[in-house]
Amino acid sequence: MNPFLAQQMQTVEAPGIDWGAILPMVIVFGAACVGVLIEAFVPKHQRWSGQVVLTLGSIAAAGIALGAYVSGRPEHGVVTMGTTLSIDTPALFLWGTLLALSVAAVLMIADRSVEPGGSFVAQAGIAPGTVQDRAQVQSTGMQTEVFPLALFALGGMMAFTAANDLLTMFIALEVLSLPLYLMCGLARRRRLLSQEAAVKYFLLGAFASAFFLYGLALLYGYAGSVKLADIATAAAGTDRSDTLLFAGLGLLMVGLLFKGSVGPFHTWTPDVYQGAPTPVTAFMAACTKVAAFGGILRVLTVAFEATSWEWRGVMWAVAIISMAIGAVLGLTQTDLKRMIAYSSIAHAGFLLIGTMALTDEGLSGTLFYLLAYGFTTLAAFGVISLVRDSTGEATHLSAWAGLAKRSPLLAGVFTFLLLALAGIPLTSGFVGKFVVFSAALSDGMAPLVVIALVFSAVAAFFYLRVVVLMYFSEPASDGPTVSVPGAFTTASIALGVIVTLLLGLLPTFALDWAGAGGFALGG
Amino acid sequence: MVPAVNVTFAPAGFASASRAPAEHAPAGPGLTETPADQVLAGGQVLAQEAAAGIGIYLPLVLLIVLAAGFGVFSVLLGPLVGPSRYNKAKTAAYECGIEPSPQPVAGAGRMPVAYYVTAMLFILFDIEMVFLFPYAIAADALGLWGLGAVALFIATFFIADFYVWRRGGLDWN
Repeated sequence: MNPFLAQQMQTVEAPGIDWGAILPMVIVFGAACVGVLIEAFVPKHQRWSGQVVLTLGSIAAAGIALGAYVSGRPEHGVVTMGTTLSIDTPALFLWGTLLALSVAAVLMIADRSVEPGGSFVAQAGIAPGTVQDRAQVQSTGMQTEVFPLALFALGGMMAFTAANDLLTMFIALEVLSLPLYLMCGLARRRRLLSQEAAVKYFLLGAFASAFFLYGLALLYGYAGSVKLADIATAAAGTDRSDTLLFAGLGLLMVGLLFKGSVGPFHTWTPDVYQGAPTPVTAFMAACTKVAAFGGILRVLTVAFEATSWEWRGVMWAVAIISMAIGAVLGLTQTDLKRMIAYSSIAHAGFLLIGTMALTDEGLSGTLFYLLAYGFTTLAAFGVISLVRDSTGEATHLSAWAGLAKRSPLLAGVFTFLLLALAGIPLTSGFVGKFVVFSAALSDGMAPLVVIALVFSAVAAFFYLRVVVLMYFSEPASDGPTVSVPGAFTTASIALGVIVTLLLGLLPTFALDWAGAGGFALGG
Repeated sequence: MVPAVNVTFAPAGFASASRAPAEHAPAGPGLTETPADQVLAGGQVLAQEAAAGIGIYLPLVLLIVLAAGFGVFSVLLGPLVGPSRYNKAKTAAYECGIEPSPQPVAGAGRMPVAYYVTAMLFILFDIEMVFLFPYAIAADALGLWGLGAVALFIATFFIADFYVWRRGGLDWN
């Protein structure tokens, strides 16, 4: 019989959609589409205000929808949209984290008082150094497309953390990455660095996507399905080829670890963090990290728990390499944005330790760490955007010498954030490290925890070096000025600092919520 | 009656929702009278004439051979039969009928960007068609829900189009 002609009439039932569960994501994507229409139809001078209201309003609406759903959610989560999305407790926690972080990031993106006209140029394609480019720096025009782009990226991140099969995960990965590639190239100052960052991130990101896709194909060959639960079933005791399984897992993890900027797949991180406009760097550093580790957690826990003995050794090595690269190379940096980038690589190593634990404590610890780290790093980038000289942000370490004498408040805030990144008690960083390391200890990873503690101490050195520089050095006579932040950046930094402090003093609430339930295994 | 074949022509998300052929076949005796099944019967005869199994791909192989032959023939025909009179325009770089633009001297030259917008728009419409064809094949089976989904798809697609149109992406100059 001829299979080419064998398509007989057959009614396909519509997949069930739990609209209440996916409403936050729908609101974000819908607002992004409306944002594009605003760009198309609203006159230029009204676009910025329209976009700010729309973006912040939609994130708030999504947050309300999320809160309404969480109060009456089913205990073990729900698998919806066919079997593509799994809305369970970790996904809801990460959605809340992403929405809260993106409020702070959007506030920084919207600020137009720190840098006159905003941190973004109107035409990013103009070659740097030309006459048009110099004219552009002076003008106060701005690329307001950055708001819908941020919303698309946010929607992609939300889908990524809830993806129940690898194909959905891949689509979500692209949806979150493509807007970020663009946003990296929009910086108003240091155009060449910004364009370099965009191209580098795009090329390496495309490469990582290819790795992910290749791994996906091999895993499909192994399990005959792209669903995480099916891969787990197939791996739980068959005589299929282990080569396919582990080659697939390895390639898949390369793609995911790249997005989480885990060493040795970190090479893009310092350059992109440095070149991208600082609000975008803050958005990337906080939200992309949350999304990437949400994805890694789900893939490892749902699909590969049964084979954890085989891959755990490799992940140990990856975590150690990441911490070593972050801590040691962070010491040698002279640029603050690059230094925070290396710090994020070290933090990725710590996060990986919690991710590997595969226990309830490991899950809740990693989720808490993501929330805490996201707010701290976001506020740190907010502070960095305030210290400026005539060429824009003064990110070189020497420019920060003696800053405490000139601006005690700013130096105090930055010191607090650096201490949180170092993991000093009374900050969220300490609680985060504590819960992650204790989860790893109870799961028999004591040697790794000792190594992690050593690298925490090494990393603490370069945070404290900045503190010492700010308080105990004489300020240079031609040093940078500290801009008086506008309402937006102030709100953003204040939010980050308050959350960092609250999570350090009263972590129980967030920890309880993070530990309220595991992944939904349905499918 | 022709046994139902498990051909899934819906996206992966629908697969679990579609009814298994085994439970569907006995439920619909009326199906044997539909035109689709008469075509099926014809297809069965065709398949029986060809060798079993891989033989059904023979027309495809013939088509590939035919296409390759046509390509080689057309490319060779010109130089062999046609006159060859060279001029300056013929040795210039071919840029889709557009006057070749001066190359950037040291990265500071400008390139006409209109061409890229056209290329990007082409890809947009191209991908739209890629998704619409499978829908058109399965439109009846997908029913009202499928219509709603594809309408939403086209609507979001037009949002991008509106943006390009309003920002002057469709003006050549």
